[in-house]
Amino acid sequence: MKLPIYMDNHATTPVDPRVFEAMKPYFTQTFGNSASRNHSFGWEAEDAVEKARKQVADLIGATAKEIVFTSGATESDNLALKGVAQMYAEKGNHIITAATEHKAILDTCKRLEKEGFRVTYLPVQQNGLVDVEQLKDAITDKTILISIMHANNEIGVLQPVREIGRIAHERGVLFHSDGTQAVGKVPVNVLADNIDLLSISAHKMYGPKGVGALYVRRRNPRVQLTAQIDGGGHERGMRSGTLNVPGIAGLGEACGLAKKEMAEEAKRLEYLRDKLKDRLLASLDEVYINGTMEHRLPNNLNISFAYVEGESLLMGINDIAVSSGSACTSATLEPSYVLKALGAGDDLAHSSIRFGLGRFNTEDEVDYVAAKVIDVVKKLRELSPLYEMFKEGVDLSKVQWTAH
Amino acid sequence: MYSNKVIDHYNNPRNVGSMDKSDPNVGTGMVGAPECGDVMKLQVKVNPETGVIEDAKFKTFGCGSAIASSSLATEWLRGKTVDEALAIKNTDIVTELSLPPVKIHCSVLAEDAIKAAIENYKNKTSPRVPEQAHA
Repeated sequence: MKLPIYMDNHATTPVDPRVFEAMKPYFTQTFGNSASRNHSFGWEAEDAVEKARKQVADLIGATAKEIVFTSGATESDNLALKGVAQMYAEKGNHIITAATEHKAILDTCKRLEKEGFRVTYLPVQQNGLVDVEQLKDAITDKTILISIMHANNEIGVLQPVREIGRIAHERGVLFHSDGTQAVGKVPVNVLADNIDLLSISAHKMYGPKGVGALYVRRRNPRVQLTAQIDGGGHERGMRSGTLNVPGIAGLGEACGLAKKEMAEEAKRLEYLRDKLKDRLLASLDEVYINGTMEHRLPNNLNISFAYVEGESLLMGINDIAVSSGSACTSATLEPSYVLKALGAGDDLAHSSIRFGLGRFNTEDEVDYVAAKVIDVVKKLRELSPLYEMFKEGVDLSKVQWTAH
Repeated sequence: MYSNKVIDHYNNPRNVGSMDKSDPNVGTGMVGAPECGDVMKLQVKVNPETGVIEDAKFKTFGCGSAIASSSLATEWLRGKTVDEALAIKNTDIVTELSLPPVKIHCSVLAEDAIKAAIENYKNKTSPRVPEQAHA
């Protein structure tokens, strides 16, 4: 076993060597511009792009013509939200999203608000899921778009997208889903799930960074977008710019592998994830799982170790790469807004660790991580005045703290 | 990201523990709040004859820099008189541990904890008078 261990696969994943092999020819040999229509260099590049387009479409139950290549899911989210808002502005000015969405959605919505659109940020329940009834009530005559992510990047919970899409379609509202964490990990089918626009990222599923896609539905309904990048009219005018052919070939291959291996891989990761969870819960008291385990990515575990601060825990497990919701690990000095949205309380947000298992994690690594985390949490609890008070039976919620 | 001194205090924290809060010679200071991500408990045991701090203990919930700041504070407190202890400044801690700007609040918290512990001890030795003075 090699240290450090990478267990932060929601942040990014390594490129699968098979994906890398598929990309290689498009750097130095088949380097053409896929828009060059009059020589073989261009045709070969175009063939590669169209093959990848088909692979992406096949993974999500779409047709190739519905796939627009982008630089990644952030761009896809921007294109979907701004593109729909501008295209359908005459129909309405209201967008519905959720408080636990990725910043690529939330910050895009904030900008749209400045431009005069109205945005409803739905709260989530304690389990991390949107309340479908609340969503129904939020829809008005002016609602043009609902954007709810498929899987959350911090707590891995799977939103009821199929139900949300059904409601959206009943009410004649478009439905966008940020599929960054879900596509390639759990089955996503744009037809069954009633999704009109779906954001996809390559580097979260063992593809390269800097490439992604947006699924744009062409039938029932036909979705139109206002382009956000103008230029040569690539991607049917929706996204200009010379295509990143090696990146796109990599995304295609990553999707092809996911389609073949996803079911088996999900089973293996779920086993490893549950082993990690069970060992932590068996050895430590006062441990809380953030978000429902029932509807969740197979590779995600987000746990709060009460009375232990997240950054100090990361410092103790510095040969394991994971993330914390602690403010001390973020640039803003604010604890995770996703965990806050669950109503967990800031103290538990500060104490949280996100484990993101991936294709290349082994059972030995999981055993090592479990043992190490247990050891460091116990050590830090000996240092913790809060754990001491808890053990003495003090109700911490009633203590008068000196905020600073 | 962390200086070697912070890492050393984190790995080998000095004077971890708790003393009897009801001991008249023990002063206890608890500062910070769980929702802010750091809470420090710092205790001093003072020799009433000499006014010298004979023992200091801490427990801290917080990041590595907060743990190191309070661990260092207990080292510095031992052997100092109460008045000398009150002269410890957060900037001394920043310099000693090479804390980056985002971690300065950890040193401020440690200074606050020292002051709170000593105030608690003083309140115990001359009861009522300081309370009225504060009112």
